[in-house]
Amino acid sequence: MLNASLKELAGLLATKQVSSVELTRFLLDRIARLNPTYNAFVTVREETSLAQARSADERRARGEAHLLTGIPVAQKDIFCAKGWPTTCGSRMLSNFVAPYDAEIIRRFDAAGVVNLGKTNMDEFAMGSSNETSFFGPVRNPWDPGAVPGGSSGGSAAAVAARLAPAATGTDTGGSIRQPAALCGISGIKPTYGVVSRFGMIAFASSLDQAGPMAKSAEDLALLLGIMGGFDPRDSTSLERPEEDYSRGLTVPLAGLRIGLPRQYFAEGVNADVVRVIEEALTEFRRLGCETVEIDLPNTRLSIPVYYVLAPAEASSNLARYDGVRYGYRTPQYADLMDMYEKTRAEGFGAEVKRRILIGTYVLSHGYYDAYYLQAQKLRRLIARDFSEAFKTCDVIMGPTSPTTAFNLGEKSGDPVQMYLSDIFTIAVNLAGLPGLSLPVGFGDRGHPVGLQIIGNYFAEARMLNVAYQYQQVTDWHKRTPPGLEV
Amino acid sequence: MEWEIVVGLEVHAQLSTQSKIFSGAATAFGAAPNVQACAVDIALPGVLPVLNRAAVEKAMRFGLAVGATISRRSVFARKNYFYPDLPKGYQISQYELPVVSGGAVTIQLKDREKTVRLVRAHLEEDAGKSLHEDFHGLSGIDLNRAGTPLLEIVSEPDLRGSQEAVAYAKALHSLVRYLDICDGNMQEGSFRCDANVSVRPVGSGVLGTRCEIKNLNSFRFLEKAIEYEAARQIAIIEDGGTILQETRLFDADKGETRSMRSKEEAQDYRYFPDPDLLPLAVSEEWVEEVRRSLPELPDAKRARFVSAYGISPYDAGVLTSSRELSAYFEDTVAALPSEPKLCANWIMGELAGYLNRDSREIDQTPISSRALAGLLSRIVDGTISGKIAKEVFEAMWAGAGDADGVIEAKGLRQISDTGELEAVVDGILAANPAQVADYRAGRDKLFAFFVGQVMKQTKGKANPAQVNDILRKKLVG
Repeated sequence: MLNASLKELAGLLATKQVSSVELTRFLLDRIARLNPTYNAFVTVREETSLAQARSADERRARGEAHLLTGIPVAQKDIFCAKGWPTTCGSRMLSNFVAPYDAEIIRRFDAAGVVNLGKTNMDEFAMGSSNETSFFGPVRNPWDPGAVPGGSSGGSAAAVAARLAPAATGTDTGGSIRQPAALCGISGIKPTYGVVSRFGMIAFASSLDQAGPMAKSAEDLALLLGIMGGFDPRDSTSLERPEEDYSRGLTVPLAGLRIGLPRQYFAEGVNADVVRVIEEALTEFRRLGCETVEIDLPNTRLSIPVYYVLAPAEASSNLARYDGVRYGYRTPQYADLMDMYEKTRAEGFGAEVKRRILIGTYVLSHGYYDAYYLQAQKLRRLIARDFSEAFKTCDVIMGPTSPTTAFNLGEKSGDPVQMYLSDIFTIAVNLAGLPGLSLPVGFGDRGHPVGLQIIGNYFAEARMLNVAYQYQQVTDWHKRTPPGLEV
Repeated sequence: MEWEIVVGLEVHAQLSTQSKIFSGAATAFGAAPNVQACAVDIALPGVLPVLNRAAVEKAMRFGLAVGATISRRSVFARKNYFYPDLPKGYQISQYELPVVSGGAVTIQLKDREKTVRLVRAHLEEDAGKSLHEDFHGLSGIDLNRAGTPLLEIVSEPDLRGSQEAVAYAKALHSLVRYLDICDGNMQEGSFRCDANVSVRPVGSGVLGTRCEIKNLNSFRFLEKAIEYEAARQIAIIEDGGTILQETRLFDADKGETRSMRSKEEAQDYRYFPDPDLLPLAVSEEWVEEVRRSLPELPDAKRARFVSAYGISPYDAGVLTSSRELSAYFEDTVAALPSEPKLCANWIMGELAGYLNRDSREIDQTPISSRALAGLLSRIVDGTISGKIAKEVFEAMWAGAGDADGVIEAKGLRQISDTGELEAVVDGILAANPAQVADYRAGRDKLFAFFVGQVMKQTKGKANPAQVNDILRKKLVG
């Protein structure tokens, strides 16, 4: 059952070989046993999850089930879920219980999916190693001394350790794809606007996008079908017809043109990562794909552009955490200003404060034009690079991250080194494009390597098809970390 | 030295939408604290704003009414600052690209008209309220008002002195109510002004340093604040000092303005486009649809009143100061089409006086337009004199019924019977032989004395024109 795909689990539920309550109970027991090691979950509410499982079983009995009814899915702790603590990995929200459901939670509920628990994450999704969480770091199931990546590190680790069949993530600069790569699972960040942001706690609104994390592209397609769709409560949600992302999975890849950006294979990428990616590309050629070299000249600008725009938006988005209405408030204060200062000094961690400071600075009078406006212009250039590239290729491929999972503490003292972990994923968010990461092998230390597939706008179904075809002829996505097979 | 007072106004008009500008919560005034604040209004984690179409439409109505440009594309920006009643830590407003640009408002001054140019009008959300009483040293926060739509209307510094500023504010106040975009209730804060005031020597082409006076919520406060502020600035300059640019508050109890913060202390609001809201696109068709739905506006109505009813531009200005008053006037004239001038005089005189005395609005008058026309028609047909009509009006105001009923009940019908009047005149001439002799000897002024005697004896009911005729005839002898 641990390695079963969502379709297989759904089959077991449909044929009553297992009930949702049994499946949920089994996973909750596994979480109770293994989570102390991996710290992938920050909140588990057994009774609530089991109650959901019971009603899913009843729904199945009534014959009103959706394909995924009764399947437990872990939710990143960035999504508000009514009655659930929703902390965003921060002390600031450590006492916050959401009084409403995020749109994606509502959609999962409507489909009868069980909320298995809330997963750990970098504080306010700011981080690439899950080390900035107020609730402690998550450990990589492939190597407990290594990070799982971030910010959706808890979700990635939960799926990799087989604590959950699937999970949700959010991706502002690579926060789904990089941890998926570092934990050897699959994850997709859809085109900006495909999944509603309503109820998803904002980091950088123009970049944030939710998506599923699972073992395979097939699973991702099913989950994205539930998560995606127009939501009138999110003004940036796109009004498009509902899509069946599984429809094209079996289309052969012969003739697919894969663009390989010169800049994604340059120095700075670890040799073992390059080797594994090259092997994966060989596999794609074997499947009938052709590869063409492409140029994304402004890729090198994506980190500086991102670290102007994302902090700018974050500095404003996080202003609401002021101790006045909810969340953490310092216990002792002299007056209003003192309350604000102490609350925010004590409630936020170092990385969040660093980004609020950067963001406040770049929006300040006299710096706005030099930083924020310039960055917006460059953002358009970066997006234009991609539209030029898609004239000569169907999808773009490269490493998801320049390294495999690094050790806990290895980069936490050097923000710039940490930021470089997202060098290949950030440009995709800046352009609003969809990006997918899938496991394609292991590096020198036995840590997973992820391949990134970047598609044109709304090419999710095509990208899932590409990943699915690869997963039909390889078994990297079926590998389970040592010691976690049972 | 002679000083010129230069004023520009920023008016915040609360748009009369059912729900808030970025959430579905109701906007009604007076609810218990925080019951009209939804998840979006209290800025829970994860919530997002969705623009209320009705608020945009009301802004467009205003823009079209003042001949402004409706931007095809405008942008909402975040104005960032910390305050306990500002739940998100930023206010969503418009900064570089407002929905309405330019335009002008014509104001009626005693002796002339003046055109006041507008810079812009932009949409924004209101903040909540901090309550400092009744909390034993703590502050209460009421977020019912948070997210209420506002249209901020910014004028050029075209106003000279407090009178013009008040005339402009009143014209805007009238206009937004005509357009049905704001209820204009100043006590509830639905219409409030910030005044930018500076002074300069008459004839100078350069603007002086300005001070901004915040939150003036009555026309009287606006007038007093500008007058106080201008006098303060003039005194400083005449003493050899200089004006510091600052934001000031008006203390209505003391009638003074006092410093709130200087330019140096001004906050850096770090405006940037709100990434949660796409740029607002307004189509040509939508603009035309809104244009077609506009009512007749005060300027056009004023011109029509002058040409159609032959009343003065000043009177037309008064009668068109509100949609309700102009409707009352037109309804009265419709019932008495031959006498628009008489109707205008009575509405602006007697009726306005009684309304003012009892602090009532025109829609609370106890005398309907039809009832007033009924009264005036009795003057026209000679049943009563204008003087008696005022007595009838007073009775009608007090609820004594229609004009004919009051005239009958009180026996106020005018004496127009020639025989009856001749008898009265004969009696008076007989009783005052000396005056008759004097008059006939050339003291013309005594004519009024005889009229007065007739009126006294008839208790004012004698038809004045007939009295004149009869007296003149009899005195010639």
